[in-house]
Amino acid sequence: MSIIIDRRLNAKKKSTVNRQRFLRRYKNLVKEAVQDAVDQRSITDVESGSDISIPRKDLSEPVFHHGQGGQHEQVHPGNKEFNTGDRFQRPEGGGGRGTGDGEASDSGSGNDDFVFQINRDEFLEYLFEDLALPNLVRKELKDITEFKMKRAGFTSAGSPDRLNIVRSLRAAHARRIALSGKERREIRKLKRELRIMEVSPDDTDQFRVKELRERIIELNGKLKRLPFIDDFDLKYNNMTKVPQPSSKAVMFCVMDVSGSMTREIKDIAKRFFLLLYMFLERNYEKIEVVFIRHHSEARECNEHDFFYARETGGTVVSSALRLTDEILLDRYSPSEWNIYIAQASDGDNWEADSSKCRKIIEEKLLPKTQYYSYVEITDRHHQNLWHEYKMIEKESPGHFAMQQIRGHGDIYPVFRKLFEKKEAENA
Amino acid sequence: MPDNNTLEPELTRNKQVKQNFISTGSEWTFELLEKYDREFARLADTFRLDTFPNQIEVISSEQMIDAYASVGMPLMYNHWSFGKQFLSNQQSYQRGHMGLAYEIVINSNPCIAYLMEENTMPMQALVIAHACYGHNSFFKGNYLFRQWTDADSIIDYLLFAKKYIAQCEEKHGIDAVEDILDACHALMNQGVNRYERPRPISPAQEKERAKEREEYIQRNLNDLWRTIPVKETEQLTQEFRFPQHPEENLLYFIEKNAPLLETWQREMIRIVRKVAQYFYPQRQTQVMNEGWATFWHYHLMHEMYNEGLITEGFIMEFLHSHSNVVFQPAFDDQRYSGINPYALGFAIFQDIRRMCEHPTEEDRHWFPDLAGTDWLEAVHFAMRNFKDESFILQYLSPKVMRDLRLFCINDDDRESYLEVSAIHDETGYRNLRESLAAQYNLGNREPNIQIYSADVRGDRSLTLRHYMHQGRPVEKDSALEIIKHLHRLWGFDVKMESVDHQDKVIKTHELPKEELNDEEEGI
Repeated sequence: MSIIIDRRLNAKKKSTVNRQRFLRRYKNLVKEAVQDAVDQRSITDVESGSDISIPRKDLSEPVFHHGQGGQHEQVHPGNKEFNTGDRFQRPEGGGGRGTGDGEASDSGSGNDDFVFQINRDEFLEYLFEDLALPNLVRKELKDITEFKMKRAGFTSAGSPDRLNIVRSLRAAHARRIALSGKERREIRKLKRELRIMEVSPDDTDQFRVKELRERIIELNGKLKRLPFIDDFDLKYNNMTKVPQPSSKAVMFCVMDVSGSMTREIKDIAKRFFLLLYMFLERNYEKIEVVFIRHHSEARECNEHDFFYARETGGTVVSSALRLTDEILLDRYSPSEWNIYIAQASDGDNWEADSSKCRKIIEEKLLPKTQYYSYVEITDRHHQNLWHEYKMIEKESPGHFAMQQIRGHGDIYPVFRKLFEKKEAENA
Repeated sequence: MPDNNTLEPELTRNKQVKQNFISTGSEWTFELLEKYDREFARLADTFRLDTFPNQIEVISSEQMIDAYASVGMPLMYNHWSFGKQFLSNQQSYQRGHMGLAYEIVINSNPCIAYLMEENTMPMQALVIAHACYGHNSFFKGNYLFRQWTDADSIIDYLLFAKKYIAQCEEKHGIDAVEDILDACHALMNQGVNRYERPRPISPAQEKERAKEREEYIQRNLNDLWRTIPVKETEQLTQEFRFPQHPEENLLYFIEKNAPLLETWQREMIRIVRKVAQYFYPQRQTQVMNEGWATFWHYHLMHEMYNEGLITEGFIMEFLHSHSNVVFQPAFDDQRYSGINPYALGFAIFQDIRRMCEHPTEEDRHWFPDLAGTDWLEAVHFAMRNFKDESFILQYLSPKVMRDLRLFCINDDDRESYLEVSAIHDETGYRNLRESLAAQYNLGNREPNIQIYSADVRGDRSLTLRHYMHQGRPVEKDSALEIIKHLHRLWGFDVKMESVDHQDKVIKTHELPKEELNDEEEGI
């Protein structure tokens, strides 16, 4: 007799553990592949998961099998013109003749890659492994306006939707036991007396029996009148407001869009910003992004304009920094928001402006921000902006970091350098 | 129905048969599955197919990929290689490079068969016939399965194994467990007893024994490795050899004799060994098993049709799938990847029936015992008493060789050419049959590797011997990899000698010294 079972609702993903084992074992290979992938992929792709390909030979499982050579006979189907005794050249490589049982399959000689998919979360996990946000402080609780409801025991007053049935019935039960104690004790006593009388019916006082019975009935009636559930039995789930540390972050993308910024430089900047965005997204629940572009004057704009609009003109970096500060004061109170500023530029600035920039950053921006990162995308000599910034870095290490990007290949390594976990901070 | 007759000689439903279709659409439901199963059970009974009870499980494609990954077993211990399998299956399935098998069937009691929910009704019916009555009866009837596997206890044993290995992972860490499993998996094919089999024991006993072994083994080992103070003479060394006879079951030898392993490691070797042994009959009966199952789904479906239980459309869809299953591309076809076991097995079983029912002169000459006898008796006898090698040797008829247009290529590395040594003609039949049968002899297909000696009184080094068959060498790189694994298990030097038929050592495989040192640091 057969049994038919619908297993479709059973656990899928039985192989999850094995899959993780696999990823764990080849962690380094996967990590390399992820880093390659991030360099090669177009920016919009980084949001999705990724195909990972790792060399097949590194993950072969060896089994004993025959190598080339020796004598052997092999039967094949589909003869067309061969006759016994025909001879012909041994085909090159000789591996094309499968035997029906994996001579070719497990040899590990194939150079093709083993390709599989990892999802977005795993991808980011590998991508941002060992990186940490510096100064990731929870914002001061006292200024916090955000609350979260948390369960906190039970109360005897509340709205009906919070009624806790188990607790209420338990309380009712306890009350009934407590209030009926005296009566039940008496009933037990009377019943015992009755039983004794029944054992020896001869010298029983019939009148006393009747009296006892009536008393028992009366007491039972009293018990029955105890309410099954009473108002003060009701218990409600209690909720309290717990202040939430802010998990909001705002990221300022500041970029030079003057004539000297070519399409390619902007592309590199975009990738850098994107990496930063994804990284912040992993650490904060909510992220806002403010785009500020500048040439000789600064403007807040949307993402598309930020990356694609072209403008000409000189370069005054301080204009953008001043605008950043204004927006900060206006919309993003440092007590509520974690503030990150990322600036990208090719290093050009109007000669006299750079020292102004340093002043704005040191006096106005750094006290409010979590982290200020500056990338200079250029392969030329550094100009005075770089040197001014270097001085800031010296004075506020840990809050301000700068790196130079020369080409596409540098983006990820530089990003890692800016955000790598620092031992001192962990301690 | 003349048009049907031209299609297939066996479709002989005539107009008088009352049409009593079980279903007409292509959608399946659980009631329909049950109805079909009941009909198949009834028909199977008339063909004397003796089966374990069936447990038919409907699963999704995702679950099917899961099932694939752990060698088809419903539960299995965890290992990265199953994850690798899973990832590659998943990838090729999603890319559309690979269709999933329609079914997986597990040799257990009750016999578990998986049906995929995506299948149409005719496909589900085919799978039920194929797996639940074809494979199932093979598992119950074939002598190798009867002798080697315990359908009753395999699931329990796997449960025990899974739990045990999970415990080991907790106690000793995933990496330590993985090292042992990797090494064992590499030696899995050499971890079976080919000729004798110990008495089966129940899972409960198994657990108890595991405990007992834990206590005893170490004690015995200490005895074995006790250093002997007396200096030995040359003569004595020659007399004393351990093991006395070469041991074919490498894992067994390691489990019982490796000096440095801990008991949990020995138990894990044992688990892998048991699993390998369980699969051993399947590896030896691929052609027969698939041929038998295909033969029966073919006949059961035709019976259904002849009784008017299924529609024309139904049988057409079935025939389409069936002919895909038994399709054999020619050797020069792009799709060719060796002989299709379904095609070969089906052809031979069909031919046995044909020879019984309609023997030709040739058949009377080649198979006097079959011609004109009861076909049902003949196929059952063939199913019960053979494995692939002997089955082909016994039953491959000239007609099948002609139909498949088989030919044999002789590849001798001493010559610069390949030679066609036999084709499907009068002079070639016997040669062809012998070499095809030999091709299915696991002993020829895999290198014959045995434990030759363990120098228990000297440096404790282990020597393997590869007994070369027709001068065929082992593939060097993977052999070295496996020796590395063996070294990890054994703990002392391991080398492998390839010897020819006169026991002359042709080649010695051993690890370069510096690699050995690396390994030792790793331990």
